Amino acid sequence: MSNRRPYVRSMDGWWKRDAYFMRYMAREVTALFVAAYAFVLLVGLVRLSQGEAAFNGWLQYLKTPQMLVFHLIALATFCYHTWSWFSIMPKTMPIMYVGGKRVQPGAITGAGIAASVVACLAVLLIAGGMHS
Amino acid sequence: MADAEKIIEIRVLRYRSEQDKEPVPQSFKVPFTDDMSVLQGLQYIKDYLDGTLSFRWSCRMAICGSCGMMIDGKPKLSCKTFLREYYPEGLSVEALAHFPIERDLIVSVEDFVTKLERIKPYIIPKEPRTLEQGEYLQTPQQRDMYEQFSSCINCMLCYAACPQYGLNPDFTGPGILALLHRYNADSRDGGQSERLNSLGHTDEGFWGCTAVAYCSEVCPKGVDPANAINQNKMNSAINYFTRFVTQGEANK
Repeated sequence: MSNRRPYVRSMDGWWKRDAYFMRYMAREVTALFVAAYAFVLLVGLVRLSQGEAAFNGWLQYLKTPQMLVFHLIALATFCYHTWSWFSIMPKTMPIMYVGGKRVQPGAITGAGIAASVVACLAVLLIAGGMHS
Repeated sequence: MADAEKIIEIRVLRYRSEQDKEPVPQSFKVPFTDDMSVLQGLQYIKDYLDGTLSFRWSCRMAICGSCGMMIDGKPKLSCKTFLREYYPEGLSVEALAHFPIERDLIVSVEDFVTKLERIKPYIIPKEPRTLEQGEYLQTPQQRDMYEQFSSCINCMLCYAACPQYGLNPDFTGPGILALLHRYNADSRDGGQSERLNSLGHTDEGFWGCTAVAYCSEVCPKGVDPANAINQNKMNSAINYFTRFVTQGEANK
């Protein structure tokens, strides 16, 4: 009779086994903050549809201390989320050539981060222009 | 061993199915020199300390892909990892993660081999040529499209690095999907749809990957399985939708 009894190890707590997995989980968890902020903006849209007073009430609420703290936390998680996805972007793309030379992974990540910085600055400028 | 002066502790996770209910750690003190690999440390244990210790190895130069194991929790080839890097703390050695342990440091490879066969890891010629017609020609750029993926030695370190495979063993996994891409991206090959259809469009294929990408970090041969998989998600999606519109085209 065979003594074969292959042993299957548990996957419990797998994401704590390696710093690499923890960074991956951080990328996944920060997506919840992106969703939460999308919900905040959605509420703003609903309030806008309910008239000026409702929308101003929503704006006032955003200025409360707890919402300012929420914004700071959201900003930090967004930065990490953006950085982590652009870091992995070269892995999601086919091998590309520009002018006969292969595009390096660093160039793809850099272009992504640069595009997000430009987009943020554009939004800030437009928002600033509306206020002034 | 004449000039060995230093002693290092190697903590091996043992599993002998005839006597152990579950894996148990066992510690060995091994004399070593700076040029000794972890594999040589294990061979010292087997030769001088405990002949029952079981592990796989063959070439000792990182090309056969037999001696992969978890060294201090990281998937590595034991022939390519040196004991001196772990001195004086010592090191732990365990069978490759996410595979069933057969005995000590030996894992069951049945699942891997079955999946490997399924994706037809060989060139299915686009147009059969006779000997008289000569060789298949390829430009350097066409070769670049698959070259790094052809360096895979089937060592399975990427599987031990892939939590999605650990959580769902039905997932085809990084190494084999990279090999699938190696053939699908070859300009001489005509078996693309055949291979994509053999995977289906579910979590067993490319969609089981959540872009953890640790597979590409641990590969000892510089293969980038995460890239192979993620660029094929697009191919899989196109193949999924176009099969309704152009059934004949997609199955070509």
